[in-house]
Amino acid sequence: MHDMSTHPAQHHHTAPTSFIRKHVFSLDHKVIGKQYYGLALIAVYIGMALSWLMRLHLGWTNLAIPGLQWLSKTGAPGGVMTPEYYLQLMTMHGTIMVFFVLTTAPFAGFGNFFLPIQVGAEDMPFPRFNMMSFWITFVAFIILMTAFFVGDGPPLSGWTAYVPLSAIGAAAGPGQGLGQILWAASIATFCIGQLLGSLNFITTTLDLRTRGMTLMRMPLTVWAWFITSCMGLTAFAVLLPACILLILDHVAGTSFFIASGLVVNGALVPHSGGSTLLWQHLFWFFGHPEVYIAIVPGVGIVSHVLITNMRRPLLSSKVLIGCMATLAFLSYVVYGHHMFVSGMNPFSGLVFSFPTLIITIPATIIVLIWIGSLYGSKIRINSASLFALGFISMFVSGGVSGFFLAQPSLDIYLHGTYFVVGHFHMVMAVAALFGIFTGTYFWFGKMFGRMMNETLGKIHFWLTFVGTYAIFMPFHYLGFAGNVRRYQAFVDDYLQPLIPVHRYITVAALVTGAAQLIFLYNLIHSRFWGPIAPENPWEATSLEWITTSPPPFDNFGGKHIEVFHDPYQYGIEGSTNDYVMQNSPEQIHTERDEK
Amino acid sequence: MATTVHEPPKIGPVRGAKTARGNGGWNLVPADGDLRVGERGSPPPASVGVWVGMAAITMSFAAFTSALIVREGASSDWQHFSLPSILYINTVLLLISSFTLELGRRSVARVMSRSQDQAKAPPLWFYVTLALGVLFVAGQYVAWLKLKSEGLYLATNPSSSFFYVLTAAHALHVCGGLGGLVRVIRKLRRSDLRRSTLDATSYYWHFMDVLWLYLLMLLWSKM
Repeated sequence: MHDMSTHPAQHHHTAPTSFIRKHVFSLDHKVIGKQYYGLALIAVYIGMALSWLMRLHLGWTNLAIPGLQWLSKTGAPGGVMTPEYYLQLMTMHGTIMVFFVLTTAPFAGFGNFFLPIQVGAEDMPFPRFNMMSFWITFVAFIILMTAFFVGDGPPLSGWTAYVPLSAIGAAAGPGQGLGQILWAASIATFCIGQLLGSLNFITTTLDLRTRGMTLMRMPLTVWAWFITSCMGLTAFAVLLPACILLILDHVAGTSFFIASGLVVNGALVPHSGGSTLLWQHLFWFFGHPEVYIAIVPGVGIVSHVLITNMRRPLLSSKVLIGCMATLAFLSYVVYGHHMFVSGMNPFSGLVFSFPTLIITIPATIIVLIWIGSLYGSKIRINSASLFALGFISMFVSGGVSGFFLAQPSLDIYLHGTYFVVGHFHMVMAVAALFGIFTGTYFWFGKMFGRMMNETLGKIHFWLTFVGTYAIFMPFHYLGFAGNVRRYQAFVDDYLQPLIPVHRYITVAALVTGAAQLIFLYNLIHSRFWGPIAPENPWEATSLEWITTSPPPFDNFGGKHIEVFHDPYQYGIEGSTNDYVMQNSPEQIHTERDEK
Repeated sequence: MATTVHEPPKIGPVRGAKTARGNGGWNLVPADGDLRVGERGSPPPASVGVWVGMAAITMSFAAFTSALIVREGASSDWQHFSLPSILYINTVLLLISSFTLELGRRSVARVMSRSQDQAKAPPLWFYVTLALGVLFVAGQYVAWLKLKSEGLYLATNPSSSFFYVLTAAHALHVCGGLGGLVRVIRKLRRSDLRRSTLDATSYYWHFMDVLWLYLLMLLWSKM
């Protein structure tokens, strides 16, 4: 029949020889993937340290944190955080985590490494753009980090940088001058890096699939990365102009966002006529697809790992793919649910609430497919599968609170409270983090040639699983008790009884954070002294497992790969093992094979 | 340092001349003028890539457009002004450059169908396109100078702000297209030019045309 697959790229590059070309400015998608992962690793520990500082301050407002005064003399004199500095640390925590961890590791990190291999390609079609995309992202990170050390520190307007606070300049508070400009420049730079990355992902998926690899024979991870890159292409392309306009309001005296008649610190702001809501519309048009960019790769990775460990395919991979695509499509029409109380036309509340409730349907179907597939399976328990199961738990727990927030009438009360913070931390931050851990434990051997320690992995899982529930479940209680978010201290009478809850959460956060050091130790120790990884330690079927650990420069050692069926042939009657490799011509009989 | 290895262009026997693909289906050149015949019917990555890039650029300008529309309605301080007339001259230059680019593509195809050596294909029309593109960017700068002479700077008024932002963003992307044209000319002279590279660069250039026509309409109706 008419074969819809394509040939690998006709151009190929020769193996690099110099150190710089091999490890620094590499054109190899595998090195670029590892570089992204390394960047995310550094970013996540910085972000986590920031969260510890925040939590210490929330529990004990006047606590002198030793050493903090060296980070900022004005922000933490004698180690005691000023209220503004709390907000500055909070802004950086959110920005670093959302952009440089959740967008970088599951999508750019694992995607860059495994997408070409899983479709049977030698590399991506635009390796120089790919290399540029990493280094541009790295430069964006450096720009963001310099905000800590210049002027009066990083911005305090939150990762959402709402105007007018973020647009009127230094009059708005410490960090709102140079710090905010650096923030906007960093994010704009990040957008460009991600656009180049998305370009490569999309063209690899559409054009470089090997012989026999039809679209429906691609692994679920590839579908997840492809869908994510389509979202990234359109979402980041909107954030970039928004950041440019914000920078112009700062440096060029324009008034895109700054409304008339603002009096700040007794002085009339010298801009007028701008639209405050415009920033929110532009930002959230990017912002909602962004949270799906953070989670969809995790959905793909978790599906892939669950199937491998269950030793049987999902109830329906096709429906799962359709659900991921529906999530991506709907993500553009729900963004106003972040703006229910912003003062926009109340009728739009209904217009955004309806698709927000609809979008829960594909998400629920995905979870039901997982649970239905797990039912009756004898899943192999290892660190990767534990984190995959943990992902499902987190996604559900965090997702159900979304039902409440989706309704404007309830959101009037819950908006801007810890209920929202609990919701997005569980459904996005922790779930996506679990997705990253799943991928790490599953693919570490393939990426680095040595396996991670399973015992440490399991300890890491249980401490993290229990710990993150211990941290974030109370957030929902705090939220409907009326605890406002982005407050550095709770001086109102009605919030006093909640301070012990905050202190408990702080202790939980510190303990769970310490558990992440086990992961770091495991990572570093295994990298150098772990047991040598075999080619296919998990008895998995997709194409990354037919090559060496780690793969050679051109992924398959010059072999031209041909695939004959989808990558989830597990538990097949009549096959020699309980699995059939995707490139094996062994005849199999399954009603799920897409012809 | 380049690490891509290019195979010399293969001029193979035409397979299914009527259904020959690999040029996005436009069939602007005779089938046996294909610089490289695809083995299966899939588009080369550069052709897909340029569409992906154009999609992203479209989204960015859509964001700018919505910002303009919202900003215009947000306050009554929108000051109308007449567009500098050089913009219309620049538009004509850009349209002509698209036409000359197509002439260049055809001349390459014609030479290829006669001889095997790309270096014999004169890059003249590509140089003309390049020159017209440079003139366009220079003309945009002249338009800015004209506005400045009328006292309309970036921050003077929201309408002038958007004028500068939109024209500058477009000019920046046109400069990217100029870079692409330079690359095409260099590769042509080294007999190293692939059909997909030429196609992708051309599509991008025509897209700059279309985008400019849209922006001109937007500016004309709003300024």
